[in-house]
Amino acid sequence: MTSLPTHTDRKLGLVIDLDTCVGCHACVIACKGWNTEHYGAPLSDQDAYGAAPSGTFLNRVHSYEITPEAGPAQLVHFPKSCLHCEDAPCVTVCPTGASYKRVEDGIVLVNEADCIGCGLCAWACPYGAREMDLTARVMKKCTLCIDRIYNENLPEQDRMPACVRTCPSGARHFGDLGDPDSDVSQLVASRGGFDLMPDLGTRPVNKYLPPRPKDQWDDTDILAPFLEPVAQTPQGFLGWLDRALERL
Amino acid sequence: MHPAPSVILFTTLSGLGFGLMIFLGLGFPPVTGWVAFWFFAFAFGLSVGGLLASTFHLGHPERALKAFSQWRTSWLSREAIAAVAALVVMGIYAVGAVFMGTRITALGWISAALSLATVITTAMIYAQLKSVPRWNQIATPLHLVSVSLAGGALLAGQISAAQVLLLVAGVIQIGHWWVGDTRFAEAGQSIASATGLGRPGHVRAFEAPHTGTNYLLREMVHVVGRKHARRLRRIAFVSGYALPLCLILIPGAAHGLGGLAVVSHVVGIAVSRWLFFAQAEHVVGLYYGARG
Repeated sequence: MTSLPTHTDRKLGLVIDLDTCVGCHACVIACKGWNTEHYGAPLSDQDAYGAAPSGTFLNRVHSYEITPEAGPAQLVHFPKSCLHCEDAPCVTVCPTGASYKRVEDGIVLVNEADCIGCGLCAWACPYGAREMDLTARVMKKCTLCIDRIYNENLPEQDRMPACVRTCPSGARHFGDLGDPDSDVSQLVASRGGFDLMPDLGTRPVNKYLPPRPKDQWDDTDILAPFLEPVAQTPQGFLGWLDRALERL
Repeated sequence: MHPAPSVILFTTLSGLGFGLMIFLGLGFPPVTGWVAFWFFAFAFGLSVGGLLASTFHLGHPERALKAFSQWRTSWLSREAIAAVAALVVMGIYAVGAVFMGTRITALGWISAALSLATVITTAMIYAQLKSVPRWNQIATPLHLVSVSLAGGALLAGQISAAQVLLLVAGVIQIGHWWVGDTRFAEAGQSIASATGLGRPGHVRAFEAPHTGTNYLLREMVHVVGRKHARRLRRIAFVSGYALPLCLILIPGAAHGLGGLAVVSHVVGIAVSRWLFFAQAEHVVGLYYGARG
């Protein structure tokens, strides 16, 4: 049923630290690798080795440049996948009931056997989290690696989404954001985690942590004034060359 | 948004077909026998043809029956149910009018109401989307319903009704464009709110997540043809509303002029519908640096 649950027992989701993400795209590859081999239809590519390659991805890393009022520009890498919204607009628009939000953990899923591939859920999502697979012709989206997190055949340290498991800089965190005492909730509270486009009323479960403030130009080393100044007038051969050229 | 030909064809033709059904159901004109046969054949041809065209953009049309199940939340599901209900009731009404020479008034009214409901549900599919601010306004259902009614009146040969409805639809069309042009800004979403990075300074999309294109860009960040938007709007307005209205205002407008008015109207509405999609901007474009 595409009615949203009034309450979910847990709110599983991701916390993404924009301060530590280095933009390596390992999460993109880990996601594609796991999800093309396991749950549901594979994530196909079109013209993968040709002139115009394109394909289905459940997680993509954008990069943004922030130019502050003063000081140098800052580059922020920005991974984006399904935010598993509490008020998910993609679920309610689905005409077949293929899209649903789980009561037990809040994960938004697509039952691919029921999907007619109309694409309306992708239109309804403001974040671009859903992509139609052109080969399977059904809607694909992040499952929070539902086939990993509850999978007792995997070693315990692997029971988390593939993107989180693979992230080399520790920029991705997985947990229950409905529990205020969980590690991820504490992290969000201490770092000022925020929602994407909160005004749209989707109430995303996934949170983003802002980049920490950078050093300013003027607070360079306190010892700087005591350093030997760099010679401004060239000496020796270079000095002679400089004077000779000026005389010409 | 990507102006898919199947969806433009669907909304244009089925809007016209269901508009005609509204008038036939209400008994304008009160036709029976062979005349009724041609009227109903035309109405069914347009609406069913439009519905069939709409299934071409489905990934799995063979599962379309499942789309009748989620009417509690989904406008698309409601549309499917309303459309089939309208066609079935109208079908029974048409059999009575064509083969038995009797028009069952109550059945006609019900089918007219269901036809109107179909057009409204189609409009709400677009109007409900907060992610596409241009569509997310009250003028969207008003626009699609008024166009359907005007086209229906024109096809049903209800000249005086068509005159008023074309005028009203034309005014609403301008209103939809007028309001739509500022809706994105009013909705208040920007690259800063999309990324949440606006606080330290000015945000600019530096690098796309992929070298090629993707589904999102093809489907929702369509920009081709926007530079001709003003010219196309003039064509849509003149051909869809002004010219048909002038043609049917000519006293004693014969069938020929009426036919010309219908053709001009359909062409104009198809252009208007192309603009409806091509000019609509989805907020996901912000992540890709659309709108600066």
